[in-house]
Formats: sequence, C-alpha cells, structure tokens
Amino acid sequence: MKKSKIFMITMLCLVITIAGIMYAADHIDAPAITNKPTDITDVYVFRAQDPNNMVFVANTQGLLSPVATADAKFDENTMVELNIDNTGDNVEDLVIQCIAKNGKMKVYGPAAPKVTGTISYLNVNKLSTQVDITRYGQEPQIGIGDNGVKVFAGPRDDPFFFDLVQFRKVISGEASSFNNPGNDTFAGTNVMALVVEVPKSLLGSNGTINVWAETKTATGSTTVN
Amino acid sequence: MKQIFQYTCLASLIILAACRKNLNDKTDAMKAGGVPPQNEAYVQGDQMARPAINTVFVGTSRKDEFNTTAPSAMNAAFYNDFVNKLTSFGYTTNILGLDKNTFAGVLVTDVLNASTTGVTSFYNGTQVLTGRALADDVIDVELTLIFGGATGASNPGLTSDHVDGNDKAFLSSFPYMASPH
Repeated sequence: MKKSKIFMITMLCLVITIAGIMYAADHIDAPAITNKPTDITDVYVFRAQDPNNMVFVANTQGLLSPVATADAKFDENTMVELNIDNTGDNVEDLVIQCIAKNGKMKVYGPAAPKVTGTISYLNVNKLSTQVDITRYGQEPQIGIGDNGVKVFAGPRDDPFFFDLVQFRKVISGEASSFNNPGNDTFAGTNVMALVVEVPKSLLGSNGTINVWAETKTATGSTTVN
Repeated sequence: MKQIFQYTCLASLIILAACRKNLNDKTDAMKAGGVPPQNEAYVQGDQMARPAINTVFVGTSRKDEFNTTAPSAMNAAFYNDFVNKLTSFGYTTNILGLDKNTFAGVLVTDVLNASTTGVTSFYNGTQVLTGRALADDVIDVELTLIFGGATGASNPGLTSDHVDGNDKAFLSSFPYMASPH
C-alpha cells in the first residue's frame, strides 16, 4: 500500500473512533437521560484533606449556564446512590444514598443495601446527616453527622475540563489534531454537585474499593416486575 | 328552616377550616424534615464510574442499556462491543502493556478503583487507577491509553487535548469544588 493510502485509512479509523466520543466525561451520554436530573456527569473519589477520610463526588445536570444555575434543582424522586464494593467482586457491599427533600439533601449510609443491583430501597433507618441545599450565590452549607459523614449539595463549577470543540473538529475532518494550547469547553459552566466525605473506617478494611454512582428514581411501587 | 340552613353552613365552614388547619400542620411537619419515598423501589436510570466509558465504547443503540446495567453484569453483556471498538481504533497495546482483550476486560466493568490507604490518582506515573482527584487530567490519560501505543508516543496529535487544568482553582478543604460561575 502507498504511504498516502495508509495515512488515509489511519485517519479514517481515527475519525470513526473519535466520532464515538461526542460528549465527555459522561455528560448527556445516552438518549434516555439527556437533559434530565438523572444524568450523571462525573464521579470522583479521592483522599480527603484529613487523610483518614475519603471524598466521593457525584455531579449531575452538566453544562448549566450561570443564568440557568439558580433554577436548577435536585429531583426529590431520584436518589444519587454511591455504590462501594469492598470485596473485589464489583457487587456493592455498601451504599450511600443521597436524596433531596424539602430543600435538604439527606444522606443515608454508608450501609449495606437492602438488595443489590439495578433496584434499590431507601435505607430509611440509616440517616447519617442532612444539609440545606446550598442556593446559587450562597456560601457552602455543610452537614456533619455523628458518624463523621459530611455532605454538601448545590451548584458548583464543573470541575471537568476538555477541549470538546476541537475534538468535534477532528471528528468532522476539519482538523487532524488538537490545538496547543487547547480551549476548555466546560469553562464557565456549572453542575449540581454532591460531595460526601466519609471516615475510611466506615468503608471496610480491604485497602481498595471499587466505586460507581447511580441515579435511581422512585417508581411509586413497592415491587418491580 | 332558614336558621337550620345557616347553622349547617356555619358548621361546614368550621369543619372546612379545621381540615385546612390539619393540612397546614402536615405541610409544616414535612417542611421540618420529611422522608423521601421510603417503601418504593428505586430503579436505575444512569450509572457512571470512570469518565467517558459509555460515551466512547458503547454504540448509540445500547447506551441506555449500558446505563441501566449493574457493573457485575457488564462484562457478560458488553465485552464483545468493547473488543470491537478497540479493533476499530486500530488498538494493539498501550503503556500499561495491556493487549486488546485484556484492556477491553478492564474497561467494560465500569467501576472506579480507589485506594483507601494511599495516594489517590487516576494516573500519575506511579499510581494507576487509585482514584480520581478533581485535578486529574483524565482525558489525556484515556487518549494516551487508547491512541498512544506501547510508549504513549504514537499519534501525538491525538493523545492530549492540551487543556491541562480546570478554569477555577479547587479548594483544599471541604467541599473541594470551586464556587459556581
């Protein structure tokens, strides 16, 4: 094959590849959740300022403009569930369930789930703490439970950064590479943030955890067929 | 007769007022706290751990399905999709030395590994997937792992977007994220 042909095929492969990456990290990643409060944009798990604690961040409702941010709300029928596997089988051993009610974010757990998998029930007797949902422009409100669990809920700057615009130019064939320096498409946008800090002693003693976030919506029914 | 009617009306008003008061009391009690739906089943609508997994590796027709699959069931349901996607990328190996099938197997179960004993980083040259800090340049890491080949030096125009940090400084203390714009 001629070099130019190899180059063309390579470029074509790259274009096809990159065409799959329309929105990142997980902002509006699938049809059913796009522009809904159930859309998780990013998940972060990191050691806290106090090294005895871990921090879990689950952001939802990405690409909020400053103008739209004051009206953004958490859905009172949708819990953000942080799932924690501390035995290495990718099945949750602990869940932290966060759900808004009357202007407050309530945090249940970490505690063993009533059932594992795609359906959950609220660990209603495991309330760790709650906090007033911070309003746009207000100083961060912080809830701290007797068990040391801390929570913040409200609008924050989207911590994700990525030159999505240039990426799309590469996809469409207008460009063959990223620019240097790039331009952060997510600059100036907000998310509805949920930050939960948890003493490591509540997370098991395996040394490693596997974490994922889910949004789960109340169905109005006690059972699911 | 007229009087009876008036008394009835009065009684009705009093009962109505009493009902209204009860309603108000209930509303006030809810405002003081209130319990979210507590006996209902909550059904999964979205799932996410590592950045951009569903976005990049799952075809449009199965994206909703991926979001509503438990991580422990992802390998069985989506492994072939991930292998095929890596094939279409021309993937052979990466700086972690993972061949295509191994890399697909790592990616397909969308959980974020995190260390509860040490430094937490998506990738910093020493730590590999020990968490995800706010400042971690996860896109460059993923682009490098997918396009960078065995040394990370292949396709240099595609292994970094050259956006290396957030537009606002993070906080050193809780809640860590920057104030909104």
